[in-house]
Amino acid sequence: MRLSDLPKGAAAVVDRVDDAQANDPIAQRLRDLGFVAGEPVRLVAQGPLGADPLLIQIGSTRFALRRSEAARVAVRLKEQEAA
Amino acid sequence: MSAGTLRIALVGNPNCGKTALFNQLTGGRQKVANYAGVTIERKEGRFTAPSGRVLQLLDLPGTYSFDVTSPDERITRDVLEGNYPGEAAPDLIVCVADATNLRLHLRFVLEVKRLGRPVVLALNMMDTARRRGITIDVPELQRRLGLPVVETVAVKRGGVRALIAQVDGEMPTAAPAQPDDAASRAGLHAQVRELMAATVVMPRATAQVDDALDRWALHPVFGLAILAVVMFLVFQAVYSVGKPITDAIGDGFDWLGAQAAALLPAGPLQSLVTDGLFGGLGTVLGFLPEILVLFLFILVLEESGYLPRAAFLLDRVMLSVGLTGRSFIPLLSSFACAIPGIMGTRSIQDPRDRLATILVAPLMTCSARLPVYALLIGAFIPARHVLGAFNLQGLVLFALYAAGILGAMAVGWVIKRIRRDRSEHALLMELPSYRLPHPRDVAIGLWERGSIFLKRLTGVILSLTVLMWFISTFPSPPAGASGPAIEYSIAGYLGRGLQYIFGPLGFNWQISLALIPAFAARETAVAALATVYAVGGEGGDLGQALTAHVSLASALSLLVWFAFAPQCMSTLAVIRRETNSWRNVAISFGYMFAVAYVASLLTYQIARWLT
Ligand SMILES: Nc1nc2c(ncn2[C@@H]2O[C@H](COP(=O)(O)OP(=O)(O)OP(=O)(O)O)[C@@H](O)[C@H]2O)c(=O)[nH]1
Ligand SMILES: [Mg+2]
Repeated sequence: MRLSDLPKGAAAVVDRVDDAQANDPIAQRLRDLGFVAGEPVRLVAQGPLGADPLLIQIGSTRFALRRSEAARVAVRLKEQEAA
Repeated sequence: MSAGTLRIALVGNPNCGKTALFNQLTGGRQKVANYAGVTIERKEGRFTAPSGRVLQLLDLPGTYSFDVTSPDERITRDVLEGNYPGEAAPDLIVCVADATNLRLHLRFVLEVKRLGRPVVLALNMMDTARRRGITIDVPELQRRLGLPVVETVAVKRGGVRALIAQVDGEMPTAAPAQPDDAASRAGLHAQVRELMAATVVMPRATAQVDDALDRWALHPVFGLAILAVVMFLVFQAVYSVGKPITDAIGDGFDWLGAQAAALLPAGPLQSLVTDGLFGGLGTVLGFLPEILVLFLFILVLEESGYLPRAAFLLDRVMLSVGLTGRSFIPLLSSFACAIPGIMGTRSIQDPRDRLATILVAPLMTCSARLPVYALLIGAFIPARHVLGAFNLQGLVLFALYAAGILGAMAVGWVIKRIRRDRSEHALLMELPSYRLPHPRDVAIGLWERGSIFLKRLTGVILSLTVLMWFISTFPSPPAGASGPAIEYSIAGYLGRGLQYIFGPLGFNWQISLALIPAFAARETAVAALATVYAVGGEGGDLGQALTAHVSLASALSLLVWFAFAPQCMSTLAVIRRETNSWRNVAISFGYMFAVAYVASLLTYQIARWLT
């Protein structure tokens, strides 16, 4: 599943970030910002038009990502909501 | 540079409080605001430590990683690696981290440590961290990182004592330098997780207030409604709070002018003082209240953390017109002045987005247009209330701001059509915690803005006004001349010459002439008009002189001209500096002139036909 496919409010765990092209600077920046395997993320809000951009919470940080950026991140849905 | 001065650089993720620390240490007044990417240049300051040693301090743009993606981040990397032109690498690095968000910020600390230079870690925002019940085991963190760690509160007096003691004391030993490759970078996150698990306890990942506010502020419907109300209130307030004070100041200057006239012998000197100084400058000075009200709102918004939220809400719209949500903050600061706005685009990573933002920024209604708008609206638009609550004058002002914004959208859209490169643009923007602005900081900000305005007034605007007075007074009319004296002055001839260009827009010769000094500073148009009309024998209020000699159609056309015309040399100079290209300056000037001319022409002709 892709981060861009998460339903609103859903929590998930990052699997990996895929490069959209060779040496993708956006993918590299996402990794630097903490989108790495095992990191919990949550979809907090969506933009008013076309549900874009997405507001993703990772750790204590909220990042606004466009759908195309979020689509680089592969995630697993969290089965059980941990507190 | 003396060899003895210790050179210290402040680095860290964006918005962690580096500049606040810098200001606290050096007594400086660099811009602090609550969003990522405020500092976009390297700034230098110095302070004397308790030991008597003078320390040199560098404030740098925030960066998430040394794998840089924007021009401002590059500056930081180059300075730290000693590759910045004309500057050796700093002796000591103070790495600043937001104590409420160590999961993100510690990774950069580890990256900095690998440079192999002496590093001190400042855990900033400790006040907020404590309030949120976050506990950090500082001795353990220090042991594990192998760096001295101090706690700071950059926004409180005395909040940086521990840091001063640390940098004034013994130099920390540097960790061995490590290569910076993809494999070792990937390992940094694992290290951060270990550090976090061992040293930090957070009751909640985020502040409860932020979550509650964001539920409303980012709501698809309420969020947009709140944004619209906020923007609308700003412009209504500018007019309804500022205008009465402006009128009072104007009356005060008229009275002063009359007193001065009574004291001075009739002649050129009396005319210079009453017409040029009290008439011209006084009129411009009267608009200081409007400008301060506008800045009050901008300062409060900047510190509150709301601006990146607005950018989030508007990203999609801005994308559709060839901009990006990230353009929002530079464009909003262009409401104050296009120059900081254009410089602020350095935090936009994508060069195409950045150029598009630079080209449309001058269309945002800057505060220098405000005196012109306020003058014309005050003179030509009746102070009526429409739909019960709205002040008609405020509405027209709002419409002019809207015209600038719509114009920018149209231009952005055209740029997007023209450019061939259609590859992906990134947003990747952090939303900060909300913060209550400190009244003291807002007051200082307003004070600074006010003094800049006064400096402009007593500098460029004063000299141009005196010049305008001079060319409207000399030469005197020949003996036996029948028309008004001013028609024989240099100003009269120049103005009539300019009419060939501006006549079709409905501008009389006085207005056409006033457009010239406006090129150096837009507000001068007001002072110039006041001077020309006063010398021409129209004593008293400039607004009355205008209503007597200028039609409504011409006034509307002039308002439209000011909304779009390329009228500010300093802006063009900054475009040249920021884009390093005369071509962009020419494009910017050319398109704005064309748009302004056509729009004013249409306005004038249509309005004349209607009235
Ligand atoms: N409560 C609290 N707020 C702080 C502290 N230090 C800074 N701030 C606030 O944090 C925000 C960011 O401060 P800046 O100094 O502009 O941050 P910066 O690191 O220079 O940011 P960039 O220049 O964008 O990289 C502002 O709203 C400050 O008022 C602190 O110790 N406590
Ligand atoms: Mg800063």
